[in-house]
Amino acid sequence: MDNNNSLTIQVNDIELQVEPGQTLIEVADANGIEIPRFCYHKKLSTSANCRMCLVEVEKAPKMMPACATPVMDGMKAWTKSPKAIAAQKSVMEFLLINHPLDCPVCDQGGECDLQEIAMGYGAGTARYSEKKRIVKDKDYGSLVSTEMTRCIHCTRCVRFGTEIAGITEIGGTGRGDHMEIGTYVQKSLSSELSGNIIDLCPVGALLSKPFLYSARSWELKSLPSIAPHDAVGSHIQVQVRNGEVMRVIPRENESLNEIWISDRDRFSYLGLNSADRMTQPMMRNDVGKLVTCDWQQALEATVKGLKAAGAESGALASPSATVEELYLLQKLMRGLGSSSIDCRLGQQDFSGQQNQPAPQLNSTLESVEQQNAVLIVGANLRHEQPLLAHRVRKAALAGAAVSSVNPAQVNFNYDLSTTVETDQLTPALAAVAKAMVALGKGSDLDGLTALVANAAVDESHQAIAQSLIDGEQVMVLIGGLVYRDANQAVLYALADAIAQMSGATLSVVTEGANALGGALVGAASTAGKNVAEMIAEPPKAVLLMGIEAKDLSSTDAIRKTDFVVAMAAFSDGLNDLQADIVLPMAAFTETSGTLVNMEGSWQSFQGVVAPKGEARPGWKILRVLGTLANLDGFDLDTSEEVLAEAKTATESAAQAGGWSAPSSLGSDQTTVSIGHAIYAVDPLVRRSEALQQSHLGQQKGEIA
Amino acid sequence: MANQVCFRNNHLENSWTLEAYQSNGGYEVLKKILSEKTPAEELIEDIKLSNLRGRGGAGFPTGIKWSFMPRNAPGQKYIVCNSDEGEPGTCKDRDILRYNPHQLIEGMIIAGYCIGASAGYNYIRGEFWEPYSRFESALEEARAAGILGENIFGSGFDFTLDAHLGAGAYVCGEETALLNSIEGKKGQPRFKPPFPAGFGLYGRPTTINNTESLASIPVILAKGGQWFLDLGLPSAGGEKLFSVSGHVNKPGNYEVPMGTPFSELLEMAGGVREGHQLKAVIPGGSSTPVVPGEQMMEVNMDYDSIAAAGSMLGAGSVIVIDETACMPRILERLSYFYYEESCGQCTPCREGTGWLYRVLQRIEAGNGSNEDLDLLDNVASNIEGNTICALGDAAAMPVRSFLKHYRDEFQYHIDHSTCMVKSDW
Amino acid sequence: MSAELISETSRADIDRWVAKYPEDQKQSAAMAALRIVQDQNGGHLTQELMDAVAEYLQMPAIHVYEVATFYSMYEHKPQGKHKLCVCTNISCMLRNSKQVVDHLQERLNIGFGEVTEDGLFSLKEVECLGACVNAPVMQVGEHYHEHLDPAKIDELLDALRKEG
Ligand SMILES: Cc1cc2nc3c(=O)[nH]c(=O)nc-3n(C[C@H](O)[C@H](O)[C@H](O)COP(=O)(O)O)c2cc1C
Ligand code: SF4
Ligand code: FES
Repeated sequence: MDNNNSLTIQVNDIELQVEPGQTLIEVADANGIEIPRFCYHKKLSTSANCRMCLVEVEKAPKMMPACATPVMDGMKAWTKSPKAIAAQKSVMEFLLINHPLDCPVCDQGGECDLQEIAMGYGAGTARYSEKKRIVKDKDYGSLVSTEMTRCIHCTRCVRFGTEIAGITEIGGTGRGDHMEIGTYVQKSLSSELSGNIIDLCPVGALLSKPFLYSARSWELKSLPSIAPHDAVGSHIQVQVRNGEVMRVIPRENESLNEIWISDRDRFSYLGLNSADRMTQPMMRNDVGKLVTCDWQQALEATVKGLKAAGAESGALASPSATVEELYLLQKLMRGLGSSSIDCRLGQQDFSGQQNQPAPQLNSTLESVEQQNAVLIVGANLRHEQPLLAHRVRKAALAGAAVSSVNPAQVNFNYDLSTTVETDQLTPALAAVAKAMVALGKGSDLDGLTALVANAAVDESHQAIAQSLIDGEQVMVLIGGLVYRDANQAVLYALADAIAQMSGATLSVVTEGANALGGALVGAASTAGKNVAEMIAEPPKAVLLMGIEAKDLSSTDAIRKTDFVVAMAAFSDGLNDLQADIVLPMAAFTETSGTLVNMEGSWQSFQGVVAPKGEARPGWKILRVLGTLANLDGFDLDTSEEVLAEAKTATESAAQAGGWSAPSSLGSDQTTVSIGHAIYAVDPLVRRSEALQQSHLGQQKGEIA
Repeated sequence: MANQVCFRNNHLENSWTLEAYQSNGGYEVLKKILSEKTPAEELIEDIKLSNLRGRGGAGFPTGIKWSFMPRNAPGQKYIVCNSDEGEPGTCKDRDILRYNPHQLIEGMIIAGYCIGASAGYNYIRGEFWEPYSRFESALEEARAAGILGENIFGSGFDFTLDAHLGAGAYVCGEETALLNSIEGKKGQPRFKPPFPAGFGLYGRPTTINNTESLASIPVILAKGGQWFLDLGLPSAGGEKLFSVSGHVNKPGNYEVPMGTPFSELLEMAGGVREGHQLKAVIPGGSSTPVVPGEQMMEVNMDYDSIAAAGSMLGAGSVIVIDETACMPRILERLSYFYYEESCGQCTPCREGTGWLYRVLQRIEAGNGSNEDLDLLDNVASNIEGNTICALGDAAAMPVRSFLKHYRDEFQYHIDHSTCMVKSDW
Repeated sequence: MSAELISETSRADIDRWVAKYPEDQKQSAAMAALRIVQDQNGGHLTQELMDAVAEYLQMPAIHVYEVATFYSMYEHKPQGKHKLCVCTNISCMLRNSKQVVDHLQERLNIGFGEVTEDGLFSLKEVECLGACVNAPVMQVGEHYHEHLDPAKIDELLDALRKEG
């Protein structure tokens, strides 16, 4: 803080040092001075329309809205003077005259700003004897329910749409008393962040549709956790009643998710109680039918089968599994003599894997906002990593030159500085590299020289190259479409070359909540068979963890394999896999564990409810399997012990390195493969009916 | 003396044409300014001297307003004319558009020159299709004559001017709502700060003036600020247009010096309707407080004198009411207007105007209760001063003044469920 | 492509408005565009037309809906061929606009917000039209009719009927 610039003001006769440009409400918030408000929100632009924050300011003839009043040197303000209180009371009365008195049945009850502030003023609507306004509800789709008669017109949801979600679909139509907040035409919200308006709405006008009328807020126990789908590692609050997860809401963490979470992380919990939840171990009986059995039988049979295959066994795991699970899984497999362990489920091209460091942002999420230029390659960021996309959007709105090399179907909710729309990522990226070489930025292209030399450069490639060279802080961000590309290794190498020439950070976004963790603990092994090989020609025994048929590009071979064991939370998705044994595994709310986000932060969380039925946390299942297999080092009692061991074992592996091209180049003509749609990324998300019914859930055949 | 400023050409045949305008010295002062390259500061000083006060209602001195503009800052700046004319009782700007559009155009070009703007818009209310067409024709004439566009009169000064047409919303007369409306948005006022001089149309520095203010400019600069000042009073120079409507024999727009006694103005308007007596006057447009007739007869038509009588000069819209008026009925109608026209964004106005109207409706229908009068006054005072724009105040002031002066009529309504005064209209 | 609903002439008209504003401020023409398509459609807007305007001016549809529902001159229901807009605000009220309203309602046999059976007339109560010194006033189409009394109204209605 530069003290020369700071101003001195008085609030409630207390002297404060403040910065020019701050508003009274910011100063008050920073100093623990309470000012009531409805429309003001620190993450949104100021509208000053609710008038709840009126305060008295010396020499001002009228009461001033603290949210929109900039501080001035020598200013004196009173937030609780008789005049200020009188103004606040009148606003409160105005807000209440048309607000229904249905707190007892309103889901917002107990967490309602209006209710809370109204209590403080003891205000009522006793003087209002006219008819109250009734407003027709809107249909916002399967995630957000509306009770628009309760709306106080604060416009937070409107501003959220335009400013944060980047989709202007909510507005205020009509005027005066007749003004209605909504989409005007019946329309499901289309943002991947839409659920956040539930938190923003200060009253009970916008509510979680799936949660509606299912519990009262004060009955819920709120427990901290880490969101299990996006690699942001968003901080969440899991709310529980009687051992059931009732709701998931964000927990503020400025450096990761700020105050938001994606709809995927908010509503996936709905899959937890899916009818096909596995609650008991199962084994195939003599006549080939899967029947329930007890744990002992199942575990012993598993160990027997795996041991028999020994070095010819292999494991495939979800990239959203925990560090503890992935670590123990690879430890088990390696103990059995196999290095075939993989959690890179979407990857096809492994020709460059020996030279590829673990996929990560190589930056913090916060510093993404500070970039001057970002090149996005093969990434449908809004669907892959909604909150990373939000950070890039912030950079773009702040003036960064964001450019894209992507298939045409990929949408952006801000203006790109340059865009190359193509299904052929390799030639496009080679052209950018070539343009950069032409701009005098090095020529050390290793094995890529020929490819780059042949590229056809047009002005978009030049513009992209120039923007990266011009920016001081620049980033090349490659995503799921590159990751899944049949020419992945070349694309990575090209992106790396571009980054090196321009001094950009190379950021790699892959899939799942813990792909980086998986890579760091050795669950993306470069030694044995990789996922593509295991799918094409499976090992003699296959152990699947947290995945089902839909997670694999093909199950034809695996289903014919001698021995398949699935550690799974759900049964239906296993039918195609012909599993011999199914071990019921706890879901993310039912286990402790750790996820490594794209920044490389290790974040641990605790289970918040008991596992369903006889399901057990994955790490416990693996520990017992290791012990039963007489392997060393499986006498780990707690997940913390597992984590500690995993960390020491991986520290050396975390080094960064170059992304050099594979020794032989693949074809330079590739098409991107269609990846998972936003709400099809893992078994839990696929079981959230509300997500499936939502606008984005209904978009079929769309890109990653 | 009368008709020396905005109405100075109205006697001419086809006064709205370029030919007629030029026959009476039109565009001479613009030509002079542009050819002599008179420093803007000098012109602004002269306007300050004239003490021309904004004719849109607030009465802010125009010269001072212009001096707020960062005239030398780079980038586009705008002059915007407010021809929204929505305040009930007001219909003077319409006659400027119809009869003297070139004087407004000349005023806007000079304004642009003074504040460093090379583009202007005239916001004309949507219902004014005919005045709008007149104004468009005048623009066409001016463009064809090289008075608008690039390199005006070969001076190197460029200025483009276009008309924007509203679509029915009183609140768009509020200057920031008007800017939003030009931007193609709904007309919701913006919170100030930032003020338009810093962040106006399309986020650029902008000055907004009323039609009459801008149309006065050429005359002031042609004849000098002192001349204009001397027409009126030291506290407010010039002549002003007064729209006299209601219960008079000759309703009409009258251009008379600031400070003209109300009694004289009333006389010009033919006096109170035949066979009736003056009961009350709303001196500045529907949102200014009502003044009882006998008190009004002592008042002069200037800011200070009317303020002393507890009201405001406003836009000079004089609504004359005779003894046949049921005051609760009038107030109910006015309250309905503000309720209808509230933009809806800020709480006290959105909720309060409806509340006022509903209570008044109840009283007028004979279902009032004894608490209602205090309630009305209190609700009105709770709106006042607490809103984003002055529409809230505009809704509150009539209520408070009607109750102050005519409480007995409201009480009668409550007690007898009927009007104390039976109107024949 | 819903912008196709906008006729050639309407487009040309809208383009003239677009040209009045800076190049990156097309949205400024939204109000004019809505008026133009409303006229094209015989006096009222439909969702399709509003969407067409949004597409034509490249603005979010919700912003068009906001504008179209904020300003009182846009209609969302079919109107009569002649929309009679009667001012009942204070200056007109004092000059007996009630008589105007009563007379119109009696002659046309409709109330405010209604359309005559033959589809020829609709009646609308409007706020101050800004012609207070010529009260009572009514707007029909682009024209103001001032100093109204029953005789003048009859004359006007007959003329409009003749026009069809
Ligand atoms: C609700 C409301 C309506 C207004 N209507 C008009 C109007 O119709 N015409 C006008 O010139 N000013 C109107 N004003 C005042 C303008 O905001 C602004 O003060 C004026 O245009 C400035 O011009 P002036 O300084 O030349 O008077 C209105 C203000 C409010 C709050
Ligand atoms: S006072 Fe009324 S018109 Fe003005 S901003 Fe508030 S709601 Fe809108
Ligand atoms: S919080 Fe300041 S006006 Fe709403």
